[in-house]
Amino acid sequence: MPESLDNHPVLVRLREFDPEAVEEAREFRSEVTLYIRKGRLRSICEILRDAPGLNFKYLSDVTAVDLYPNEPRFEVVYHLLALDTFRRLRLKVRLPGDAPRVDSVVPVWPGANAFERETFDLLGIRFEGHPNLSRILLPEEWEGHPLRKDYPTTGYR
Amino acid sequence: MAVTLEKIPGQEERVILSMGPQHPSTHGVLRLVLELDGETVIRSLFDIGYLHTGFEKSFEALTYSQGITLTDRMDYLAPLSNNLGFCLAIEKLLDLEAPPRAQWTRVLLTELTRIQSHLVWLGSHALELGAMSVFLYCFREREDILRIFELVSGQRMMTSYFRVGGLALEPPLGWLRRVEKFVQMFPARLQEYEDLLTKNPIWLKRTVGIGTISAEDAVALSLSGPSLRASGVNWDIRKAEPYSSYEKFQFNVPTRPEGDVYARYLVRMDEMRESLKIVRQAMEGMPEGPIKANAPHVVLPDRESMKTSIEALIYHFKLVTEGFHPPVGEVYQTIESPRGEIGFYIVSDGSPKPYRCHVRAPSFGNLTTLLKIIEGRLLADVVACIASLDTVLGEIDR
Repeated sequence: MPESLDNHPVLVRLREFDPEAVEEAREFRSEVTLYIRKGRLRSICEILRDAPGLNFKYLSDVTAVDLYPNEPRFEVVYHLLALDTFRRLRLKVRLPGDAPRVDSVVPVWPGANAFERETFDLLGIRFEGHPNLSRILLPEEWEGHPLRKDYPTTGYR
Repeated sequence: MAVTLEKIPGQEERVILSMGPQHPSTHGVLRLVLELDGETVIRSLFDIGYLHTGFEKSFEALTYSQGITLTDRMDYLAPLSNNLGFCLAIEKLLDLEAPPRAQWTRVLLTELTRIQSHLVWLGSHALELGAMSVFLYCFREREDILRIFELVSGQRMMTSYFRVGGLALEPPLGWLRRVEKFVQMFPARLQEYEDLLTKNPIWLKRTVGIGTISAEDAVALSLSGPSLRASGVNWDIRKAEPYSSYEKFQFNVPTRPEGDVYARYLVRMDEMRESLKIVRQAMEGMPEGPIKANAPHVVLPDRESMKTSIEALIYHFKLVTEGFHPPVGEVYQTIESPRGEIGFYIVSDGSPKPYRCHVRAPSFGNLTTLLKIIEGRLLADVVACIASLDTVLGEIDR
């Protein structure tokens, strides 16, 4: 981990709260990515939203990346924004391929509702505690999750 | 089986109304399922996906440059804004910057796109609330802008004019005169629309106090763009995180505290005036210089040099057949599209095609708010609420 990131104000605050929660921190093109331990996601999100000085009140986006055939296969990606400090932050949670389940962040940011449904629909990530986790873009009877890497782009499924 | 609202056991029977997908006020194919008590909406849900064509999957099968054509087709009312967002994301990945003249041309054209998109919104918004003539006027002015797009890119709508590292073509000589003509004509036309609507008692009755959302709720529901600013949140990505030289332009960010349909109308009308200011500044201060960055491994060489230089020919062949290789990494680039925050999240594995490309579409993010603002309102207000959020189904469904 580069030296500069260890002193990143967000990381310092999160470590104060829960030293175990952040698995890894990365920076690329001055965008900060924090890998959060799966079970801690919701409590970390609450801290990020409410703690003074952090104030990540706005959830820009939720999506996921399929790293097939690597394990852990999925990375769920959250893009947060603090409207007062203009700071953006990317959270990631690693999930195994056989049971991609993670806590929903709808209780923290209600705006996550549609984004999580889309991620479920296209990548098959299950968000536990989501009020209505159903397909959103594809028909209800659709089989498979098209944005997974083992889902072909041409021919028969 | 179609999406529908389940009956709540033990509750008296209420009317379930399926509104759309072919409904004149849905701006495409948005279907709403409404549970009505008399004419009041009790519960609602949306049914989308009618235009889903799997753009995000297609991005993975195309090279970065080829992907630009897909972005046009997402938000078909603001193709140049989408081009810009996608190109900026790739440029961030490559750590490349377009030359000043390309940046200023991009600003000028995206602001014209904003005006053009707002004109379609205004026209259809008015049409849905019964003011037919505004629609016809708006489309007349929109056509002028589309002709400017055609002049520079050869296409009215699917422009694909911005490329990684600059612009696709040298804009034709004298195109700024056409922009000039538009800039001189437009303020009077804008006043004309305002004369028709702003103090019109019918318009006021249909919009004031309808579909109100507080600043706090709007932020929690990830509302973005002019709709967010109409709730009193001063958040504009052009000011907060300037891209493509926006920091060099003077303009205001219109906000309103009310958060209703009327406030969203006023904010967008003011935004058109501000966009016009930016267009004027870009036109007057247009720098000289190249339109493409000096990065032969990314940007196509020009035709002339291909005939005289072997390196240019080789680069051209490599770029067309294979594409360029960005470094391994991931970026999230947002810009202020006419509808709000459009974000491109690109994951690169070092190959010429994106490993994953996700689009955060502003209309998709705004959809959650729609259900909130129509709750407890009259059925007739649902139409005004949909129109005031300016949804484009092409980018919702992708």
